Amino acid sequence: MSDIFIAIISTIGALSIFFASLGILRMPDFYLRLSVTVKASTLGVGLLLLCAAIIFPDISVTTKAIAIIFFLFITSPIAAHMIGRASYFSNTPLWKGTIIDELEGMYNKETHELESDPEKADPPRAPEEDNIADTEEETK
Amino acid sequence: MTLETYFDYVILPILTISIILVFVRLLKGPHVVDRVVALDLIITIGIGIITVFTIRSNQKVLLDVAIILALIAFLGTIAFSYYIEKRNDE
Repeated sequence: MSDIFIAIISTIGALSIFFASLGILRMPDFYLRLSVTVKASTLGVGLLLLCAAIIFPDISVTTKAIAIIFFLFITSPIAAHMIGRASYFSNTPLWKGTIIDELEGMYNKETHELESDPEKADPPRAPEEDNIADTEEETK
Repeated sequence: MTLETYFDYVILPILTISIILVFVRLLKGPHVVDRVVALDLIITIGIGIITVFTIRSNQKVLLDVAIILALIAFLGTIAFSYYIEKRNDE
């Protein structure tokens, strides 16, 4: 009974890691790749660690596995937010099919602060200078 | 089919294939941030592989390595993003 349960959750974990890696290879631009990767891989590794916590009858392994799960769930959104912010500042182009870029002109490029009023931030750029890629090749 | 053979012949090959796919993105990545995310994902999948190997080899000491790897992945990504954001100001 416990074996079947472990087989099921380890399969879900391995498959979600596989979908994360498929997503990072196939998604059309950086921001979509980021959003696919972080959630799916955290879930997958968390489920695999849960398997180890269940299989070993030892309390030390269970504690360590739960500590790693907790640490991953806290740190991976922070890391993803930081790298997404850095990529937006370094003008990484968005996918060419992007309809709206709501952060456009909202960041003050000097102080790196997010303004809610677009007047205080940068002046809006011309439409041909925005961050959205013109061709598929720029983001591939 | 026992749980051991299931881990050996199904779970570990899936994880190996996914690490190869991420490695393709690490080589291709048009911008440096793509490579940073790919590196982060490789380390995260590495934690998963270490966990499965811990189960298979019954060596619970290996989980300590997974803790250190999780820490290094986080600190690495934070440091990379900090310096990418700084580099942009020049």
